[in-house]
Amino acid sequence: MSIDVLIPESVDAAAEAYGDGRDVTVVGGGTIVVQLMTQGWLRPTRALMLSKAGLSYVRKSGSAVTVGAMTPVTDVADLFAPLGPCAANVGDNEIRAQATVGGNLCAPTPPEHPSGDLQGPLLALDASVRSTGAGGESTETVEEFLTHRDARLVLDLSFEEPVAGAFAALDRPHAHHPTALAVSAVKAGDGSIRLAATGAGPTAIRLSSAEAAADDPEAAGQAALADADLQDDALASAWYRERMLPLLVQRVLNEIKEV
Amino acid sequence: MNITLNGVSRQISSPPLTPLLRVLRNELNVVSAKAGCEAGGCGACTVLVDGRPQRSCLTAVGSLNGAAVTTLEGLGTSENLSAVQQAFVHHYAAQCGFCTPGMVVAATAYLDAGGSDDKEAIQEALGGHVCRCTGYLKIVNAIAAAATQSEFDLTITAEEPNVVVKTGGR
Ligand SMILES: Cc1cc2nc3c(=O)[nH]c(=O)nc-3n(C[C@H](O)[C@H](O)[C@H](O)COP(=O)(O)OP(=O)(O)OC[C@H]3O[C@@H](n4cnc5c(N)ncnc54)[C@H](O)[C@@H]3O)c2cc1C
Ligand code: FES
Ligand code: FES
Repeated sequence: MSIDVLIPESVDAAAEAYGDGRDVTVVGGGTIVVQLMTQGWLRPTRALMLSKAGLSYVRKSGSAVTVGAMTPVTDVADLFAPLGPCAANVGDNEIRAQATVGGNLCAPTPPEHPSGDLQGPLLALDASVRSTGAGGESTETVEEFLTHRDARLVLDLSFEEPVAGAFAALDRPHAHHPTALAVSAVKAGDGSIRLAATGAGPTAIRLSSAEAAADDPEAAGQAALADADLQDDALASAWYRERMLPLLVQRVLNEIKEV
Repeated sequence: MNITLNGVSRQISSPPLTPLLRVLRNELNVVSAKAGCEAGGCGACTVLVDGRPQRSCLTAVGSLNGAAVTTLEGLGTSENLSAVQQAFVHHYAAQCGFCTPGMVVAATAYLDAGGSDDKEAIQEALGGHVCRCTGYLKIVNAIAAAATQSEFDLTITAEEPNVVVKTGGR
């Protein structure tokens, strides 16, 4: 069966080609989709390749940052915490150069383990996602976006450089998997603290109970357990995650406290 | 569509979603890039795309129209090995050889980008490459040597053996 493959050369052409997104498989850097096709898990009928769509950019204006969906993970690895250190921790340098920020946000949640390490920092930064699809272009928070990310074409992400940020993750035995568990913290301009975790649910989640207890890092660590949906998977057991999540929360809170 | 493969323009007839690795091996008959895992996890399929190392098993060929692809075949020949290839021979950096094309390609890109003989930097640069034989030490040593040297003695004979002399007691 022949596959209809579209390779648009502008953002407008990409949006038009995507349409309402029905039956369209988006190919970003391809580090996930191409192997899914090789293994036969994914058999697209229509594919939209974004490689030439002009969506790779990091724009800074004052403390505001906008990152195009096709920006390689490498290009955000030197940004501030928690995003920069998290990006620098993804895969290895060849994967980081090919993997995109948009593809990471949209990484499917396989049964073996959650995926998409950058979702945590983006949640903590309260990034907004500009996307297109049915009903045209729209902008929403990452938190909202993560509830329906299959049905949109991501164009770019915007967020503010925080007053302070921190990222802590369980170390990995090798670079072939997302981290088993990671926590991101952000201190915003108004002094409020936002916390998010990856590996503590099917996608990254905000740790709102921990945020409410942020003045006391130890209590916040325990409170985080109420926000999480810890599972056994190929990377770690729920038992282990339950012991590590409070620790990581404490670490990032102590780190941003000092700023 | 077209790619420039090792300096020669080639027309591609495989569908655009075909992984570059399969195009190289099945359509273009260029087989140095190896299908190790076909899932991005081993580095054996690494080639240069416009000079930068990239996993060919994860790269849909349709994204490469007009790009320059370099495989091991484009770096040196058996008669005229590149500095990195010579260093691999001199330092015994290959055993079964399955990982070697990916290692050599990635090491070449690392050195071309100005990489030094710093062993930690070399490990970081080749962090995505798996070798089941050598234990990595000889590979890292070979790349470090190629950072400062461009010719290696490859004529190891009984008269001129590659001998390492070590002295000292316990
Ligand atoms: C060896 C290896 C190591 C890895 N290590 C890590 C790791 O440490 N951490 C981690 O988080 N991930 C890791 N990954 C997974 C993956 O590389 C990253 O998640 C990457 O950021 C995905 O981006 P991509 O552009 O390659 O995605 P693609 O494969 O192109 O796409 C991924 C998904 O997102 C969709 N998509 C892509 N772009 C868009 C868009 N603009 N709008 C809407 N949908 C889109 C695709 O349709 C697909 O469903 C690893 C992968 C490999 C092979
Ligand atoms: S075959 Fe491509 S990384 Fe293993
Ligand atoms: S030499 Fe055998 S895998 Fe590296």
